[in-house]
Amino acid sequence: MRWGDHTGAPWRRPARTRIVAVAHPCPGDDNPEMDSGNTAFVLGCAALVMLMTPGLAFFYAGMVRARSALNMMMMSMVTLGVVGLIWVLFGFSLSFSDSHAGLIGGFGFAGLRAPEVVVGKGIPLAAFAMFELMFAIITAALLSGAVADRARFWSWTVFIALWTVGVYVPLAHWIFAFDGFSGAHGGWLANRLGVLDFAGGTAVEVNSGMSALALALILGRRQGWPREPMRPHNLPATLLGAGLLWFGWYGFNAGSALAAGAVAANAFLATTVAPAAAVLAWLIVEHRLDGRPTSLGAASAVVAGLVGITPACGYVDTFGAIVIGLSCGVICQLAIRLKYRLGYDDSLDVVALHGVGGAVGLLLTGLFAATAVNSAGADGLFYGGGGGQIGKQAIAVLVAAGYAFVVTFGLASLVRVTMGFRVAPEVEAEGIDEAEHAESAYEFSPLTTTGRATVLPSLPMTHEESAT
Amino acid sequence: MMLVTAIVKPFTLGDIKAALEHLGVFGMTVSEVQGHGRQKGHTEVYRGVEYAVDFVPKVRVDIVVDEAQVNKTIDALIEAARTGKIGDGKIWVTPVETVVRVRTGERGLDAL
Repeated sequence: MRWGDHTGAPWRRPARTRIVAVAHPCPGDDNPEMDSGNTAFVLGCAALVMLMTPGLAFFYAGMVRARSALNMMMMSMVTLGVVGLIWVLFGFSLSFSDSHAGLIGGFGFAGLRAPEVVVGKGIPLAAFAMFELMFAIITAALLSGAVADRARFWSWTVFIALWTVGVYVPLAHWIFAFDGFSGAHGGWLANRLGVLDFAGGTAVEVNSGMSALALALILGRRQGWPREPMRPHNLPATLLGAGLLWFGWYGFNAGSALAAGAVAANAFLATTVAPAAAVLAWLIVEHRLDGRPTSLGAASAVVAGLVGITPACGYVDTFGAIVIGLSCGVICQLAIRLKYRLGYDDSLDVVALHGVGGAVGLLLTGLFAATAVNSAGADGLFYGGGGGQIGKQAIAVLVAAGYAFVVTFGLASLVRVTMGFRVAPEVEAEGIDEAEHAESAYEFSPLTTTGRATVLPSLPMTHEESAT
Repeated sequence: MMLVTAIVKPFTLGDIKAALEHLGVFGMTVSEVQGHGRQKGHTEVYRGVEYAVDFVPKVRVDIVVDEAQVNKTIDALIEAARTGKIGDGKIWVTPVETVVRVRTGERGLDAL
């Protein structure tokens, strides 16, 4: 339930259809259905969520070795490009237009050619589509953490296009599309089954975590992992990224109310206390286990807490948010150690932070959800609602995890067989930035810039140069 | 002439420079190096993984001096670089055949 600010359960009993049929497109601002406050709120939140992707690029780039920092950031940057186009052309439509059997939308909104149509609580379709676009981008970019240092750039680009259509779009439909919101019929998970996932614990978090696992298995381990040291080369960049992610996550979570009101404010509150609790829990456990509270631990804890509160933030009170934050701070940290036991090189721990954190958040939502917080939600086990909700939450985790893993495994295999997914061993040894992008992130010594600069033939010479 | 090479803790460089200037030694070459002696390295922990950092950052100071000044130079270096804890570094001395000042072509002690 993503827009229920007031009473009732609007996806079951829509007061009236929210779609305003516009036979002859007219300026949307004249539409009496439009709410300028909610529109401003959603547009602002969309911009906040956009910033999460460059933030993620910093978060990830700091954790890899210096010679692959640019490639790490480029995987996020090209995702902004690829997913931005796919989404506007047909991805948004497949996720959010009228549903076919609750499984997938259609092409009704393809190309976003009627952006002034008003949906939900008075927001133009274009604002809603842009808000959801930023979710699609950050979710795809998250996967890059699993394939650090070793994925060919164009193969990654093709993969992420396939993945967005094959994995993200259906999951977003199942969990984010509600009857009568942007299409007459919505998806099956949240809309029909009644799973509580406020901002994307399934479609974003569990999805990216399990997709990352499949991707890490297809690409294989980095050379030398786990024996060779692969320590983070720039932790201040990682901390900057964690800060930008937290900042952007306010748009992600509060914005998912899709209306400026009490539910959005509650989500904002939860998005503050959960990562706060996660940081403390993580650092205390880390000190006990490893001897020191580390900055990488703090940055990871922020993300773990934010991931955990994502499905819950619009349904739980302060107490629930604190418990979720504490749980994620402890459980995600222990989950990080799993990859060394099981032997998969999920390089930057997407599985442990997003997969495990998302699952913890979804399940705990089944315990801590309260209709006192959001009447459109449900009461969890601890608030007198019985065990039914946690069952639904568990189904959501299994469905999202299973679908994401299987389809991603297939798509990544396809890219591997047809294009080749992994760089040559010597490229990996010498550094992917140099080989894939002909750049290096840092200028360490004047010796590296001696040599000659040659203007490439594709660049026209200036008049001065051609005269001499 | 002798080349005095000192590998020391980086933060002692300021004191070393002052001590050498006090002695009348004005030329020196300083480089950032990494290594270990008996101190070995240290360990760092990232997300629960312990990395042994075998080589720790040190500063290397190279000074060419007249043979008569070698002992005083070494004493000054020890005075400035010693903390009494493990990892204070090493000093060694090697003979130098000649020194040439590039600008003037002067050789030997005149070039110092």
